[in-house]
Amino acid sequence: MNNDTLIPKIGVVTDIRQDTPDVKTFRVVAPEGGKVFEHMPGQCAMLSIPGVGEAMFSITSSPTNKEFMEFSIKKCGCLTEWLHAMEVGQQITIRGPYGNAFPVEGDLRGKDLLFIAGGIGLAPLRSVINYVRDNRANYGDVQVIYGSRSKDDLVDYQEIIDEWMADPNIEVNLTIDNAQEGWDGHVGFVPNYVKELAPSTSKTVLVCGPPIMIKFTLAGLKELGFTETQVYTTMELRMKCGVGKCGRCNIGNKYVCKDGPVFRFDQLGELPDEY
Amino acid sequence: MQKISKSRLYELFDAVAAKQDLYIPTDREEGAAEYKKYESGMKLTKELNTVRSAKDFFFPQTENLAEFRLEGKNIEVKDIREECDDFVIFGVRACDAKSFTILDKVFLCEPVDSFYKNRRDHGTVITMACTRPAETCFCKTFGIDPTVPGGDVSCFDDGENIFFLANTEKGEKFVESISAFLEDGDTDKLMEVQTRAREIMGKLPLANLSTGNFGGDKLNEYFNSDKWAELSEACIGCGTCTFVCPTCQCYDIKDFNTGHGIKRFRCWDSCMYSDFTKMAHGNPRLTQLERFRQRFMHKLVYFPANNDGEFGCVGCGRCLAKCPISMNIVKVMKALEAK
Repeated sequence: MNNDTLIPKIGVVTDIRQDTPDVKTFRVVAPEGGKVFEHMPGQCAMLSIPGVGEAMFSITSSPTNKEFMEFSIKKCGCLTEWLHAMEVGQQITIRGPYGNAFPVEGDLRGKDLLFIAGGIGLAPLRSVINYVRDNRANYGDVQVIYGSRSKDDLVDYQEIIDEWMADPNIEVNLTIDNAQEGWDGHVGFVPNYVKELAPSTSKTVLVCGPPIMIKFTLAGLKELGFTETQVYTTMELRMKCGVGKCGRCNIGNKYVCKDGPVFRFDQLGELPDEY
Repeated sequence: MQKISKSRLYELFDAVAAKQDLYIPTDREEGAAEYKKYESGMKLTKELNTVRSAKDFFFPQTENLAEFRLEGKNIEVKDIREECDDFVIFGVRACDAKSFTILDKVFLCEPVDSFYKNRRDHGTVITMACTRPAETCFCKTFGIDPTVPGGDVSCFDDGENIFFLANTEKGEKFVESISAFLEDGDTDKLMEVQTRAREIMGKLPLANLSTGNFGGDKLNEYFNSDKWAELSEACIGCGTCTFVCPTCQCYDIKDFNTGHGIKRFRCWDSCMYSDFTKMAHGNPRLTQLERFRQRFMHKLVYFPANNDGEFGCVGCGRCLAKCPISMNIVKVMKALEAK
């Protein structure tokens, strides 16, 4: 019988990084080494601890990384609590890749890019940002606006400081919700910060974060003169199969697992407001 | 057309069942009709159709997808799939036969669901033409002619004989395999039966129900309709409609610890249930209105939008008969299209 996507493969957790008090980043490789499968930035995978549950997570590493995949996971439910309790060397099951991707080899090529992320919303965008950094000649200006509740809640902080901020080809703007000791950067919510920075409307925008942050960011971008056709986001709804058959992650006639998770806002606008 | 006298039908069943599993619609002791594996002495039901649909044959209520063995930090994934044996389902009505082609669109599109395909490949569907459609029937609304029921082999009952007409290669093989029981028959009486059945259909209460106002282009028109509140008000979210529906195919995947390893199984699920879309951070379908709307929008708008205009309903009428609050797709269609 042919392979069935519902029958998972094994992944080995080879590294666990505590990113924030409630976010850990897990490095996953195949038992024989190397990646379990290839993906494009924005695609997702179903991770599971058998007996506990299975859920969809965005792949936060870039496909240009040929050695491993990474998943940044926030502890917020049953399965994620178990994942957070894992030790290095633990095996999990993994299947995918699922969904479409950000059009890094299509619409985004040659464009000036603006990434806007809030909290754990950086996870899917990090894959694109590092893909763009590794194929830098194919893209125009790159700006990242990223905010979190506090300095401690900034995911991938070390990578942002050591690599992105050290990269003269990227502009990085960080913000936290409230002032705190040891932080001399910007303080304030992401949507307001975007308006203050007033990025050029020539940019194509990729935004991901909590629904409320996305909502106000989009409104702010429109005030600045951006149109919905310039702004991409990535969605999350409950999923079981990952291939548009189990019937629960649809918005109108589109399945987030198969037709998404990446949507442009003008495409989302044609769908019912049920997400 | 080739036929067998009804007096010899059970002889034929015995012969078929000797070679492969044969399922027929029969009466349970309590009275309700259901498909059961044929054993000598079992009789066909006189009911028009089974209480449950025939989808179980290809999309069972529960099935195992995989097994896992955990040892320390290691996991072993066991692919437990096996090629299933050939089987025959006799007496499927036109509505249920059509439902299989609708399920095909979900499970056989890429990536193909191998669990479903395995059973589909090995099952031969023998349908039975309807002679006395019921008051709850509205298959005609969805372009189905119950007097020409489809499947791999269509059977027709003229009162004294059962006629066999192969529709597919698999069907031809089956008819060939039972040729010793068949003889050429005169279809005059059959034509009369067919004409009478079509006359009855024209007079059924739902004979004029039309899909004309529904389809993939009606998303905005109906999603925001103010009718949903009233229609869904009495819905108790029991999921009976999805359970008996031949085309409802939503499923859940869950793990079960047997004590000797983990079994991952798939089971029917229902968009009518409150936890169907519940996530750690919230639920996009918070009230029964949203869940109720999802079910009917899926059948009347989303499914046709994704499947060349095909609707996700076959008019079998089971939900009309079984809904505890007497709500159903017919009432929804009539309410939505009433301006």
